[in-house]
Amino acid sequence: MYRYDAFDQRIVDERVAQFSDQTNRYLAGELNEDEYRPLRLQNGLYIQKQAPMLRVAVPYGLMSADQLRRIARLARDYDKGYVHFSTRQNIQFNWPALENVPKILAELAEVEMHAIQTSGNCIRNFTSDPYAGVAGDEAIDPRPWAEILRQWATFHPEFAYLPRKFKMAVNGAAEDRAVILCHDIGLDLVRNEAGETGFRVLVGGGLGRTPIIGKEISAFVPWQDIITYCEAILRVYNRFGRRDNMYKARIKILVQSLGIEAFREQVEAEWAHSRGGPSTLTEAEVARVSGHFVDPSYAALPAEDAGHRQALADNKAFAAWAKRNVRAHKQPGYASVVLSLKKTGVAPGDISSDQLDLVADWADRFSFGEVRSTHEQNLVLADVRQSDLFAVWQAARDAGLATPNIGLLTDMICCPGGDFCNLANAKSIPVAEAIQQRFDDLDYLHDIGDIEINISGCMNACGHHHVGHIGILGVDKNGQEWYQVTIGGAQGNTASLGKVIGPSFARAEMPDVIARIIEIYIEERHADERFIDTARRIGIEPFKTRVYADREVKKKVVNG
Amino acid sequence: MAKLIKNGKVVDDNWQVLPADATEVPAGPVIVPLALWKSAAAELADRGELGVWLAPDEDPAEIAPALSGLDVVAVAFPKFADGRGYSTAALLRTRYGYQGELRAIGDVLRDQFFYLTRCGFDALQPQEARYTSEQLEAALASLGDFSEPYQGAVDRAEPVWRRHARGGVPA
Ligand code: HEM
Ligand code: SF4
Repeated sequence: MYRYDAFDQRIVDERVAQFSDQTNRYLAGELNEDEYRPLRLQNGLYIQKQAPMLRVAVPYGLMSADQLRRIARLARDYDKGYVHFSTRQNIQFNWPALENVPKILAELAEVEMHAIQTSGNCIRNFTSDPYAGVAGDEAIDPRPWAEILRQWATFHPEFAYLPRKFKMAVNGAAEDRAVILCHDIGLDLVRNEAGETGFRVLVGGGLGRTPIIGKEISAFVPWQDIITYCEAILRVYNRFGRRDNMYKARIKILVQSLGIEAFREQVEAEWAHSRGGPSTLTEAEVARVSGHFVDPSYAALPAEDAGHRQALADNKAFAAWAKRNVRAHKQPGYASVVLSLKKTGVAPGDISSDQLDLVADWADRFSFGEVRSTHEQNLVLADVRQSDLFAVWQAARDAGLATPNIGLLTDMICCPGGDFCNLANAKSIPVAEAIQQRFDDLDYLHDIGDIEINISGCMNACGHHHVGHIGILGVDKNGQEWYQVTIGGAQGNTASLGKVIGPSFARAEMPDVIARIIEIYIEERHADERFIDTARRIGIEPFKTRVYADREVKKKVVNG
Repeated sequence: MAKLIKNGKVVDDNWQVLPADATEVPAGPVIVPLALWKSAAAELADRGELGVWLAPDEDPAEIAPALSGLDVVAVAFPKFADGRGYSTAALLRTRYGYQGELRAIGDVLRDQFFYLTRCGFDALQPQEARYTSEQLEAALASLGDFSEPYQGAVDRAEPVWRRHARGGVPA
């Protein structure tokens, strides 16, 4: 992974000094609330219901074992002994005290971490494929590019006060695992006919109140030009994006109102001036950064480990886990392990300090000292020998991190919702938990197979409900918490937005609603057809009919 | 007398910034709003000590042909969080080659000084009541918040990896 040189280290150290001074001036009354807010936001600090919330950047989801240990220690020393992994691969502390935040940032800087631009109306932390460098379908490793762009975006002087936040993601594999269609700029690494590397650039995607799938603005931007091209997009957005209404301020609204053609013309006109300028990337710089992402020293192993095969045959629980939580690896004899942060009874994405320390130890022992976080809010040990899988499983099981549910119904994406968030219409964690409890039969879960349920507590869509195969959205009806259900959303290459099935439901109804939807799927599916494919084939009608018919019956029973 | 930070020092300032709806141009060094500059072009043509200021939504292209005749161009920040002025400044310096004083006016705060100077402002004028003179002197420290920024901008056109040999993978 990328390790800091003296320049990187100085920048984060100077940032800590800057923010400590700003916080001191704020506490001394020299900076008012409005003046301090964007400064703290650009250091990851939100003020939420119970306490401040601090979001720490995990650039494109990559962490070292030592970084995890540091997070564990900070959560013990300054928080309640646990942290939350977000859908953008970052880490959130839910209960730090404001006056401790500069200290926390200083301790993060010691391990090459920071909270820079994890919030605020600036270019946010870059996200990418959690299987970068190890996936078989990867054409180009996205990590060096994500790192080069991370550095470019860090403290970009022209784009620190944009109309609204700006999120970017980079993908380099055949399958999009970085949700590039739902980002302000989504970058897809591709090769042209001449075999040269470049980027297919998508712009104006995003969820929130107005969910929009990103549009292609360029089919191929040569790698040398990616910085100047992105700067051209950002300059057009910075100058002409709406600032009168925060709900219409994202770039997606500008692209939509101008139309992608006209927007492209403006960007091209802007780019004509800067293309080829000093920000044009050089072979040398790309090589320098790429040098941090070479393969670890893999052992030469047989493609399949005999002991592992035997263990699968001998142990049903291990086999169930391996089926869901182990992924193929480009290197013979290796595999990637997903540690599930979706155990029933634990808020999705939460992990304790003790667990973090254990994961760090496993990373050192089994996976070259690295860990990745995923958009689905789980953790990955990317480079595990097949012969070690059984040992990893046993350790993970004992630590409560081996729920065999990756990609299954209980592996839900869920925002913090009403338990933590000021903006929530409704709670989301208890809904996730009630559904997990309802689907506690592992065989049934495996039978249902791949499905994504995404839950957001309000239309800001932090839980990405629009692109869940089943989406759940908290809504407010006369001051009460209700939930609207969508079906047919998807992320990835064939991203689509789900359709609302009808009037919303009370919280207590939700496990039943999901159960009815799943029944229809089981009845209607063709052999080996995934939920999303069935839903796309038959549409929402059959689901709708069953769910609301069932509801009528229940109402009659209740009303006697 | 009003204060101004110019090239990293606090100096006295005798320029007068006319409000957006001004119709008359008084004597002395003045910075006029774009609308007035356009409507009174002939009258202002051979006057010394003239500046123009741009609101966030005003296009610097409008004054581009006249830049060599202006002593000051000011860019207004009605709210510091409205970042359009950063692009305006960058355009004036790079696209239109403006070399004279480029002044940030309005809700100009020390916590943005670093970004403002990187985008080409050499003059920063916080609102008069915002800082005491001691605070304004102390604020100069913010100009040096970061010693080696990553990306190229107006002040240092080259990104750090062109300016310096950077470290590779640690041993
Ligand atoms: C509890 C504090 C939080 C607050 C106040 C908050 C607030 C918001 C708001 C207001 C938006 C919409 C912005 C817009 O569309 O312009 C948003 C979007 C988003 N949030 Fe959060 N959020 C919080 C926590 C989280 C967490 C924990 C996650 C990850 C699980 C998250 C992930 C996201 C994502 C991915 C989006 C982007 C959705 C899109 O594509 O537009 N947020 N958040
Ligand atoms: S979706 Fe709404 S409720 Fe959930 S975290 Fe985001 S802002 Fe809060």
